[in-house]
Amino acid sequence: MTKSELILKIAEMNPHLYQSHAEQIVDTIFEEITKALSDGSRVELRGFGAFSVKERKSRMGRNPRTGETVFVESKRVPFFKIGKKMHERLNGLVSDGEDDMKD
Amino acid sequence: MSNQTITRADLSQAVYEQVGLSRNESADLVESVLEEICKALERGELVKISSFGTFQVRSKRQRIGRNPKTGEEVPILPRRVLTFRASNVLKERINGGTGDTSSNDDA
Repeated sequence: MTKSELILKIAEMNPHLYQSHAEQIVDTIFEEITKALSDGSRVELRGFGAFSVKERKSRMGRNPRTGETVFVESKRVPFFKIGKKMHERLNGLVSDGEDDMKD
Repeated sequence: MSNQTITRADLSQAVYEQVGLSRNESADLVESVLEEICKALERGELVKISSFGTFQVRSKRQRIGRNPKTGEEVPILPRRVLTFRASNVLKERINGGTGDTSSNDDA
């Protein structure tokens, strides 16, 4: 499923909305998550999962083609951890208990 | 870095402000979007959100694990896991970029 297919699906499920609304809704959701992660915030969506940002220290790397040693700057990388309920759904377990997002 | 935690309520608020639907409907729509993503993943589909990233369900085979406390060998059953691969745009924005570079082969 692509983003445009997701937008179409949301538009179909909500015939009273314009398709441009469905598009704005989907775009807003991912834009908010992106903005939060850029601020270093964590995004916790119970039943689905949590997005966070991890720090990677600078290090000496190696160009695998030439074998040359290169300096790799420190950087921040996005990280996703699946929620308990989503894990259970993927693995065919049924649960209506509280979703625990501790990691 | 701020240490805030963003939740569904914040996403609903953003949809409410940006799209101009009622608060209730905004919350329901955020829920529908997440639910449709979950359903596609349950069916084993790849979910590809351009400028954001790709979610993929992968199947793991059974393997023998070990309880690190007791040293006891226990089978880890076959299971499905969810991986998220961030797009270049998202990675750049997290590192303070605009994510606007046209050279990105974005997923």
